[in-house]
Amino acid sequence: MSSSLIQANDRDRDKDKDKNPRRTFAPFRRHEPGTQPDYLYPAYRATRLRAPSQPLIFLPHTLSEVTGPVFGHSDIHPNDSDLTLQHAGEPLGERIIVRGRVLDGDGHAVSNSLIEIWQANAAGRYAHVRDNHPAPLDPNFTGTGRVLTGEDGSYSFVTIKPGSYPWRNHDNAWRPAHIHFSLFGPAFVTRMITQMYFPGDPLFAYDPILQSVPDEKARQRLVSRFDLETTRPEWALGYRFDIVLRGREATPFEGKG
Amino acid sequence: MTTDWTPTPSQTAGPFLHLGLTDNHSVACVAGKGAEGEPVRLTFRVLDGDGAAVPDAMIEVWQADCAGEYSNGAGTSGDATFRGFGRLATADDGSCTFETIKPGRVPGPADTFQAPHINVSVFARGLLKRLSTRVYFAGEAANAEDPILALVPENRRPTLLAQPDPHRAGGWIFAIRLRGQGETVFFDV
Repeated sequence: MSSSLIQANDRDRDKDKDKNPRRTFAPFRRHEPGTQPDYLYPAYRATRLRAPSQPLIFLPHTLSEVTGPVFGHSDIHPNDSDLTLQHAGEPLGERIIVRGRVLDGDGHAVSNSLIEIWQANAAGRYAHVRDNHPAPLDPNFTGTGRVLTGEDGSYSFVTIKPGSYPWRNHDNAWRPAHIHFSLFGPAFVTRMITQMYFPGDPLFAYDPILQSVPDEKARQRLVSRFDLETTRPEWALGYRFDIVLRGREATPFEGKG
Repeated sequence: MTTDWTPTPSQTAGPFLHLGLTDNHSVACVAGKGAEGEPVRLTFRVLDGDGAAVPDAMIEVWQADCAGEYSNGAGTSGDATFRGFGRLATADDGSCTFETIKPGRVPGPADTFQAPHINVSVFARGLLKRLSTRVYFAGEAANAEDPILALVPENRRPTLLAQPDPHRAGGWIFAIRLRGQGETVFFDV
């Protein structure tokens, strides 16, 4: 694995420090145009004051970009992956199972990698001090979860289907129901935060956050799929959401550096 | 099953990122008191295109230890002496402060070594994807030969230099101006 290669090379570093430090690692692939949002998307108002106006500077990958924090089981608590078990009682709403795999750009599993999620409750309200949407809080629902992916990149959460909620971006603006997903992957450059949507939501066409992704096919990757196989009889509907992180270039970056 | 491996698009972390990421999983201490190296207390201040404080951003840092080595077990729990990773939400004044050490020099492209630097990610409402920048240290001799700083137009390099805090030994201040006057250099990583 490339990552162990980096570590092995690291160990040789001190003795080579004054000579040519030999390094071999594959940089990560860049995104295809249109498959990620731009920073500035004026229909999403908050981007107007927060998106940079200068072009980004292309950064060739060094050890700083191809390494990243590693999390372990000590970072996870037992009920972190079941958001319906975190309080004395059961939360209100429609219980669901969200399951999928985290893969890299070659379809290989991203294993032992931290996923963090947060979401509104069934009424469309976040358990957050700054959310003042007049919908009820649920004393039995915080709406946060964490899990480490398995060896095959798989993960699974039990939660409540979040509600839609209004926001002030434009007149009569409502967010489609979504769950926020935060992922690290193996490197600084694979760090990514995204949102998972539910199939068939009538709000998709009106949501500038989803529509900020130019490529239609890429946008569809943010929509989970109803999955009968994940659905548990007499208990909960299942949704499937696979996440693809950046993969590495096929050819290692040769030698020094 | 997914069969097309185009990476999943990024979406904004939104205004409630604290719920999932910083209420219970902040990491202010990137390097503990026992860590080797020059102690650094690094304060970020995030400002928007109007120069107003951004009170709902999250900053993550990733850095090498004083020998220029990246840790391979950062985590958010325990009290590891050197973690290399940190994560904080900005306060109402747009600021947050990490306890760390000045990193060592990490190899760069070709035969170069990079100047001490800290890799930074910024997430916030209004950012549809993460912004990446780097913190270098003003007055560091190695900055002159840093291969990445060399890629940045000279007149914009100062935006990547943390300045010593005149009121506090070991204190450094780094402003992140998202847009407009004095806009910070962001990298396409």
